[in-house]
Amino acid sequence: MRRGILVAIPVLGLAAMLQTSIVGRINLLNGAADLVLLILAAWGLQERVRNAWIWGAAAGLLVGFVSGIPWYVYLVGYLVVVGMARLLARRVWQAPLLAMFTVTLIGTLVLLMLTYLDRSLFEVSLAFNLSFVQIILPSILLNLLLAIPVHALIRDLANRLFPAEVVS
Amino acid sequence: MKTSFPRSLQTVIIVLVAVGLVALALGGYFNPVTSWFTRLTIDAQTWISTRTLAVADFLTVPRDVASLRQRNAELEVEVAQLQTQVIDLQQKVTETNILSALVDFARANPEYSYKAAAVIGLDPSPFLRYVIINIGSNQGILPGMPVVTDKGLVGRVDAVIAEAARVQLMTDAASAVNVRLQSSDTEAMLVGSVTGDLSLDMISQDATVTVGDVVLTSGLGGSYPPNLLVGQVVSVRKLDYELFQQAAIQPSVDFNRLGFVLVITNFTPVDITPLIATPGP
Repeated sequence: MRRGILVAIPVLGLAAMLQTSIVGRINLLNGAADLVLLILAAWGLQERVRNAWIWGAAAGLLVGFVSGIPWYVYLVGYLVVVGMARLLARRVWQAPLLAMFTVTLIGTLVLLMLTYLDRSLFEVSLAFNLSFVQIILPSILLNLLLAIPVHALIRDLANRLFPAEVVS
Repeated sequence: MKTSFPRSLQTVIIVLVAVGLVALALGGYFNPVTSWFTRLTIDAQTWISTRTLAVADFLTVPRDVASLRQRNAELEVEVAQLQTQVIDLQQKVTETNILSALVDFARANPEYSYKAAAVIGLDPSPFLRYVIINIGSNQGILPGMPVVTDKGLVGRVDAVIAEAARVQLMTDAASAVNVRLQSSDTEAMLVGSVTGDLSLDMISQDATVTVGDVVLTSGLGGSYPPNLLVGQVVSVRKLDYELFQQAAIQPSVDFNRLGFVLVITNFTPVDITPLIATPGP
């Protein structure tokens, strides 16, 4: 339990740095992948992980601090991603990649819709069609492309931290 | 049987034979014999020499291969180090060129004080067009300060922490900059968009706007200093039934290659929000 929380700090910190410096620059139209979201989705889907909610909250606060979007948008969005991942981890445990794709698809959509609503309501009116075509759809596609490698990496990390108990 | 030749006669005969042999040799009669002997000697010498060199090679070459391999490895390491240095120096040259251009800009606009900063990241949200720079309140940066490059206006500081600041680019959808067209001195509002495109709004229908017009900040509103280069008009949309003309702008700054920026530190933005009339109850 404590190991998972301790690992969250460097993993999420590194992910946030990679997101702002590299991943955010890889654009499809005007969309970009969200590495932190993918890590949270993959972490939440690991069966033996018990601290995914803490990871979600930490990531939300961290990215919310860095971003110009209000912190609560990322906090809520990432907690939704973790909640979905935990739910699917129990029900679709035999198809982890399917679960990863589902969480990525819906999680990205939820987070970007929250961002869109926050900006439209409190800052500036944004054209929905343009936002959907130029940002939301490309971002979902990029996240789906990165979902498999991120899931593999996080699964390895989880297996190292929480090895399966051998029943003798 | 005992030889009865006297010693002097023997000497004479030997001398005569020797002279005869010398005479035959000088006459070329011994050439086949001498050439055969010479060839035999050379062959023997060659055989010995070849075998000697072969043995010497056999004894010395393995040591040379090992030393050559070691030297090769050393040289490869050196080449890798030099390549790293070359890349590093090329990077430094690029940075120096950019910084030199920024210094030129600062010299050409001495009315402002500047702090140079490197762009170290982008906002994580694709809905926002913000960048993060590596100087903050410890270096005297405050929210609202304008950010420029040698090419023109970039945006303004949105939030500050001790060692970093977040800059809202003028291409952000929530950004609005009061500008004027240099040729016609027409005021307008420059707004960003969700796609990062810039457009001019609020241009009077009477104003003459042409493609290629240079757009500068007007200084109205107090958010930005006047006369900073923003970009050029690339297309104009004028419809009779609309209140204002619109124009698309090509920014002078390449926002995809933003490496270093200058923060104007002696410009204090004016907050005119309290002066804006709000509808009464």
